[in-house]
Amino acid sequence: MNTNEQVLQEVVIKFAGDSGDGMQLTGQQFTNNTALLGIDLATFPDFPAEIRAPIGTMAGVSGFQLHFSSNKVYTPGDSCDVLVAMNAAALKANLKGLKKGGKIIVNTDGFDSKNLRLANYPDGVNPIENGSLEGYEVTKIDVTKLTREALKDIAELGTKERDRAKNMFVLGYIYWMYNRDLKSTKDFLQEKFGKKEVILQSNIKVLQAGYNYGDTTETFTTRYTVEKAKLPAGKYRSIMGNQAVTMGLIAASEKSGLPIFLGSYPITPASDILHDLSKHKAFGVKTFQAEDEIAAITSAIGASYGGSLGVTTTSGPGMTLKAEAMGLAVMLEIPLLIINIQRGGPSTGLPTKTEQSDLMQAYYGRNGECPMPIVSASTPSDCFEAVYEACRISVQHMTPVIFLSDGYIANGAEPWKFPQSADLKPIDVKFKKGLDEGEEKYLPYKRDEKLARPWAVPGTPGLEHRIGGLEKQDITGNISYDTDNHQHMVKTRQAKVDKIADYIPLQTIDSGAATGKVLVIGWGSTYGSIKSAVLDLQAEGKSVSHVHLRHIRPFPRNLGDIIKNFDKVIIPEINNGQLVKIIRDHYFVDAIPYNKIMGIPITKTELVDFIGKMC
Amino acid sequence: MSTSTIAPQTLTAKDFVTDQEVRWCPGCGDYSILAQVQKVMPTLNIPKENIVIISGIGCSSRFPYYMNTYGMHSIHGRATAVASGLKASRPELSVWIVSGDGDSLSIGGNHTIHLLRRNFDVNMLVFNNQIYGLTKGQYSPTSEEKKVTKSTPYGSIDHPFNPLALAMGADATFIARSMDRDVKHLQQILIRANQHKGSSFVEIYQNCNIFNDGAFEVFTEKSSKADEALFLEQGKPLVFGATQNKGIKLDGFKPIVVEIGDKYSIDDLWIHDEADFYKAQILVRMFDNPQNADHLPRPFGVFYQTERACYEDVMAMQIEEVITTKGKGDLDKLLRGREVWEIA
Ligand code: SF4
Repeated sequence: MNTNEQVLQEVVIKFAGDSGDGMQLTGQQFTNNTALLGIDLATFPDFPAEIRAPIGTMAGVSGFQLHFSSNKVYTPGDSCDVLVAMNAAALKANLKGLKKGGKIIVNTDGFDSKNLRLANYPDGVNPIENGSLEGYEVTKIDVTKLTREALKDIAELGTKERDRAKNMFVLGYIYWMYNRDLKSTKDFLQEKFGKKEVILQSNIKVLQAGYNYGDTTETFTTRYTVEKAKLPAGKYRSIMGNQAVTMGLIAASEKSGLPIFLGSYPITPASDILHDLSKHKAFGVKTFQAEDEIAAITSAIGASYGGSLGVTTTSGPGMTLKAEAMGLAVMLEIPLLIINIQRGGPSTGLPTKTEQSDLMQAYYGRNGECPMPIVSASTPSDCFEAVYEACRISVQHMTPVIFLSDGYIANGAEPWKFPQSADLKPIDVKFKKGLDEGEEKYLPYKRDEKLARPWAVPGTPGLEHRIGGLEKQDITGNISYDTDNHQHMVKTRQAKVDKIADYIPLQTIDSGAATGKVLVIGWGSTYGSIKSAVLDLQAEGKSVSHVHLRHIRPFPRNLGDIIKNFDKVIIPEINNGQLVKIIRDHYFVDAIPYNKIMGIPITKTELVDFIGKMC
Repeated sequence: MSTSTIAPQTLTAKDFVTDQEVRWCPGCGDYSILAQVQKVMPTLNIPKENIVIISGIGCSSRFPYYMNTYGMHSIHGRATAVASGLKASRPELSVWIVSGDGDSLSIGGNHTIHLLRRNFDVNMLVFNNQIYGLTKGQYSPTSEEKKVTKSTPYGSIDHPFNPLALAMGADATFIARSMDRDVKHLQQILIRANQHKGSSFVEIYQNCNIFNDGAFEVFTEKSSKADEALFLEQGKPLVFGATQNKGIKLDGFKPIVVEIGDKYSIDDLWIHDEADFYKAQILVRMFDNPQNADHLPRPFGVFYQTERACYEDVMAMQIEEVITTKGKGDLDKLLRGREVWEIA
């Protein structure tokens, strides 16, 4: 057989099939295999809201996109080079995201009359037979038949069980196509099915059959290799956003000496943090699946009052339910972390789609004057550092803190040059241990230079005190309805949050000059798209710079000065314009919004177009 | 630093009084409850610094401000949830929840039932005055039907909750009822509630003399108390009446009132057993309106008590077990994960 070998710079591949076809697993396996070779990558899983959407329909299509490259990767890719479609609906849903001339690998069994009807193709129309895919490089494989064939000797398995291994055939084939070793997946299967010998052997058999199929048929005459990326030296692992949040919390707990208490109610796309943390009991983590969102946050408040690192995880609608309790935490002035993995809203909205539309809610969404610090994460691995920072602010400044991530980075993966625990900056926390010399009575709202009050936990003799949601006198903490005191307290709570700006790093410019025509300001998951768009424009000689915010409340002290040095400010967001309003309000700058509210990330191409016209 | 711990043995009621002016209406039943709690606390042999009182919102929820212990006046309906988090994270603390009928059964009804089923070792005192006092007189989830209040000028059309039956339905492990006016009884019940390991649900009839004066008069006034209130005692027959002349007998599953005399003797009566799950269900349902003819008397005392593992203990045990089998968590191992590659 005559096979060519070709080296590619980068590839964007999408695995798409019915939610029951195991495309997420296939994508993750290929991702791991890629990462282990030192190739840079970013992923974007995209799954239906319904757990069991009707089989074969457009609503049931589940996809996993992977961008891998021997250069630095910032996004999962705007459009695909390769589309794997397990059925007609998967092809229909994803064809528009495939580059012209791209490769399509289809499972022909997924294009029978039933599947075509479910995908709403007109009677008698089969896209893989009628020439409509001309201009693409189509490879047709009857995956179902070949899988059954590979397993015909394993008598213990029924047809249904055999068919379940289909995705391994595809994975094996793709491994062949990209010149890969099967070991990482074999190890994975061994770990997963080690005790179920028949299932294990059948999966390995099909995986191998897929690989051999590539080897022995002449479907493809070219195999591709992507070389490892030139990343900074060090040890790497693959990480997903929600995983990084879990690790950041545990690291903050270890480095502060405060045990974690997580109060949480399951909600997409935040539940994985609850699942993940509940596995880590060996770190003394306590997870409490509460009866609702309100009990989730209030139980965490109770734990914080008792001296734990109180955490609650949620998404948009859940955060709305927590609003009153956040106000309580602001009044109590105790540490608490509210983690919001944003999704499309309003109301139930688009639970499995991404959006950055809770910024205003985080900023303003409570009764009364109720300021809370906001920290956001920009990539899956950045969740680790950002959540660690949020914990630090919370316990050192005695304030609840909101941490914002979103569905895109929560489920996306990238290589991570993980830190050593010894390199993490310790988080100093001091409980008040007793009355100071000369102090007659504990004064719960006596403040330090950060305007933070002391943290005195129950069980400490001599510091018995009462706190609550009613307005209180500064210093003593006694209930007070005094008019002047209320004004003083409102101003003090604001000043306390503002003062955090003295304890966070100054804003850096991510890329570009310190002065110029256009400054692009981003926050959260738009990082990769803005970064790559701005780099492209800079390469064209355009005067454009990029600033990406981690701290949204308070802003870094120098942000205003940076803004002043540019003619124009552009703020791309996956919402209808939220940070842009806050920036305008803060700095009186006529910032220009770029908004996409489709439940999917902004692409590099869209930004290059938009920003390019402005500079 | 000076730490001034007072040995629990030397504490008196005074040690539990704060310098805050008590702001309830003069004559409010809350005063008596506060006094009884302050009297009982020193007898419990708990270091003062280990006592935490968590309340929600309502007249009763001002309670923590008047108790010189740790305390939190939280938000409406959520005291139970705050207390759950505190107890889960600090099992050694003595956690008391103070709540009202609106706070615990209306806005906070959900958290109440979940607290009880989880069986945190806390004491929950529900001051039931069958009215919303703090918001100046609307009907509450325990107000009787047809009640005329500010929000029900034509009479309430809501069917009221039976708090103890609700607690029973939520599998509470300790269920009791007492009243503000009977100070000895209330003290006894508070002591029993504290002795019980698990969630203790204590309903306390509390007179709101401003918006619902006399709601429990028939049970508390001398003239009617003996005939209307039935005091439960472990192992004793259910007798009541001015001369202990009446009793409760079970007719199949139905409790009936009988005169003790020629036809029935003490030996025919229902003997109270706090551990009897099935009888407790009948007992909590003795909830007749005292206005009705042939009504049953209202029981007071400990209706039911049983042992069940407490959430916070099992939670701590699970952690211990994991640490014993897997060893203490290693942060570097966690950060490293399973698969690592190196770039030179
Ligand atoms: S309104 Fe009623 S319950 Fe409230 S303090 Fe006054 S008397 Fe007591």
